[in-house]
Amino acid sequence: MNLLQFLSGRLVKGVLVLFAIALLNFFLIRAAPGDPAQVLAGEAGAADAQLLEQLRARFGLDQPLLTQLWIYLKGYATLDLGFSYRQQRPVLDLVLDRLPATLLLTGAAFIVSLGLGVVMGALAARRAGRWSDSLITTLSLVFYATPLFWIALMSQILFSLKLGLVPNVGFETIGANYTGLARALDIGHHLILPSITLGLFFTALYARMMRASMLEVAGADFVKTARAKGLSPAIVSRRHVARNAILPVVTLAGLQAGQLVGGAVLTETVFAWPGIGRLMFDALVQRDYSVLLGVFFISSAMVVGFNILTDLVYRLADPRIEAAS
Amino acid sequence: MLNSQIRRRLAVTTALVALAFAPMAAQAQEPKKGGTVHVVVQPEPPMLMQGLNQNGPTNMVAGNIYESLLRYDEKLNPQPSLAKSWEISPDAKVYTFKLQEGVTWHDGKPFTADDVVFTLDKFLREVHPRWRPIVNTQVEAIEKVDDLTVRITLKQPFGPMIMSQEVASAPMIPKHIYDGTDYRANPANNTPIGTGPFKLKEWKKGSYIHLVKNENYWMKGKPNLDEIYWQIIPDAAARAVAYETGKVDVLTGGSVDVYDVARLSKLPNTCMTTKGWEMFAPHAWLTPNVRNGILGNKQFRQGLMYAIDREFGRDVVWGGLGKLPTGPISSKTRFYSSDVPKYTYDPAKAKELIKASGYKGETIKLLNLPYGETWSRWSEAIKQNLEDAGVKVQIENTDVPGWTQKASNWDFDLNFNFLYQLGDPATGVARSYVSSNIAKGNPFANVGGYSNPEVDKLFAEGASAPTDALRQEAYTKVQKILADELPVLWLLEMDFPTIYRCNVKNLVTTGIGVDDGFRDAWKE
Repeated sequence: MNLLQFLSGRLVKGVLVLFAIALLNFFLIRAAPGDPAQVLAGEAGAADAQLLEQLRARFGLDQPLLTQLWIYLKGYATLDLGFSYRQQRPVLDLVLDRLPATLLLTGAAFIVSLGLGVVMGALAARRAGRWSDSLITTLSLVFYATPLFWIALMSQILFSLKLGLVPNVGFETIGANYTGLARALDIGHHLILPSITLGLFFTALYARMMRASMLEVAGADFVKTARAKGLSPAIVSRRHVARNAILPVVTLAGLQAGQLVGGAVLTETVFAWPGIGRLMFDALVQRDYSVLLGVFFISSAMVVGFNILTDLVYRLADPRIEAAS
Repeated sequence: MLNSQIRRRLAVTTALVALAFAPMAAQAQEPKKGGTVHVVVQPEPPMLMQGLNQNGPTNMVAGNIYESLLRYDEKLNPQPSLAKSWEISPDAKVYTFKLQEGVTWHDGKPFTADDVVFTLDKFLREVHPRWRPIVNTQVEAIEKVDDLTVRITLKQPFGPMIMSQEVASAPMIPKHIYDGTDYRANPANNTPIGTGPFKLKEWKKGSYIHLVKNENYWMKGKPNLDEIYWQIIPDAAARAVAYETGKVDVLTGGSVDVYDVARLSKLPNTCMTTKGWEMFAPHAWLTPNVRNGILGNKQFRQGLMYAIDREFGRDVVWGGLGKLPTGPISSKTRFYSSDVPKYTYDPAKAKELIKASGYKGETIKLLNLPYGETWSRWSEAIKQNLEDAGVKVQIENTDVPGWTQKASNWDFDLNFNFLYQLGDPATGVARSYVSSNIAKGNPFANVGGYSNPEVDKLFAEGASAPTDALRQEAYTKVQKILADELPVLWLLEMDFPTIYRCNVKNLVTTGIGVDDGFRDAWKE
């Protein structure tokens, strides 16, 4: 099967999956108790039947369910994600407005964790059984097991409050009106805590995966052969072991990349990072259906996209996969 | 011995004198111009068009963009705002408001009596759930007398009328922008135009709302501040750290965890006040669903009241904030009467009453209010109290929309809630007890289903009696009846402390606190 066939097949499947997800989301959301009109009226501490009726009409909830579904699907077919009455904005605007902040955060966390995790895992494997290996393994275990929100809060108290090194919340210094390089540096400064906090868990995961995978490959026959040829341990480790050990890590990276959009709810909340995760969480507790469906759709599109990309990377890392498929 | 007592008393007197003069000294200080204040707003408001939305966070921000005819001091006395003066006819049926001169909207157009008539007669009548019942049942006509005079004629005297012009209840809306449009779909809803001291400059969703000084504000010399940033920080612990690291200057009521209040209040240059909530006077209670079997039994409800250790709730769960209520009307508002049957924590008496009521061990479902950990702890404490008195309790947990739906549709045995008193029993209190307000779809209606013709009659009398003395008479009677019959179990007159840096002056000067406080606030 050539690349083009492979890609078009996966794309068609992807579209079908997205359609099924969109359909499922629509009904799942409506199965939850309450609706956006009731929530909005409830928050105001006063409501009457007329207000609820007015609000329901605004949210389009006065239409029969199938009509609502039809409007929703028709909109999505033309990439119109609908309108949030609650926020008085088109959903696509809301999502695009928040997307850069999330991608910056999750992207930074992705790079940090992948880079750090692979290097740590490889180092630990090469020194298996020695103290540096124990140190790395212990650290990974701690990061892997500690709840994210706890690390987030403790790091705020230590690094922001006690040491005063970095700001604890926000995307940039509000009211400072920096531009150009100064603004980039300011955002970078704000990015440090949340991206490291978010990245720690995956760093631990990559390190453990890489170490285990390297140790397994290190016992394989071809590695013995390479050593018997007289290659230096560093070259064996890099060319023969690491390259073969990387496949499981790629799988995991594909999973993490799929979460680039929706996976940072907790981090964004604790660090007041104005990203998609919070948009989604707020929309959930407000039953803001159109926003919620929009974010779900974009996140699932990302997951489907990155799955396809992961498969492509497999084929590059291991040509045997292409031959077999 | 005697000597030391006198000395001590003298010291106390001196301290009192010093205290009495301290506020005067502070007021005498000349406000400084300029400066920026960073304030926490939580959660992010859905919109800032205050005529269409009155959520707590919306009011905090938008109350400084919009204005109403009147404002109210901490004792709830009406004060001039857009109305320079007002007159009430001797028969208490005609209200004449004289408007301030030279007021303009943020877009430069003049504010006139036409705007007032449009707002009260058309706009709010159509969209505002609190103004609508007043205007539809009490008001005969709202007319423009001249460009700066408006006359409201009532069908019958209605005491709360003078309390109904607070900015969230009756914000003035620009006629030239909204008349003839579909109000809820007007694109101007994203760019609110008011007459207030501050204008919306930018709203970065998820981060902050930036207000800037209205240079053409009608009140000369005001506001003092140049800018306000309302920061949106979703996590309570992170908000506390943001205050401690200097990112924000004001933590508005309810924005940090109860157990953080005492700690933060002790920080240097930090002031704390529980004032500025008098108009709302949040009153927390448990609503028994009187339709459900034993809960319809008065003795049983009284037993529950004796079983609950309300002091523990306040001192431990709420960190000592607030006051124990005696009945339906908060002691912080008008028409409160303490001449009612009182309930103390008395487990023995509770057991006796519950036994006598014919309770047979049915499980009572307690619907928890999903507004954070404090409420959950409170549910647990009360569950334990009730179980000590022999009542089986099962706590039900849900999220906010789930709670709203269950409460609105009477799907509970006992339900936590807290309601604003809105400055007057006719608007903020009666709604929870009168039988005409037993309606599904609204968690703030009479959801427990209590009905008593005598109570209905007294609340009606209280609303329409021509003098305050006659109103008080009706309300004193109704408080007595309700405290005996316990349609709801009052738990706490809640305090929502505002924590701020002491160099932010004059922040809380009205009955709604920061909601309209930035007109007079300044920074040293």
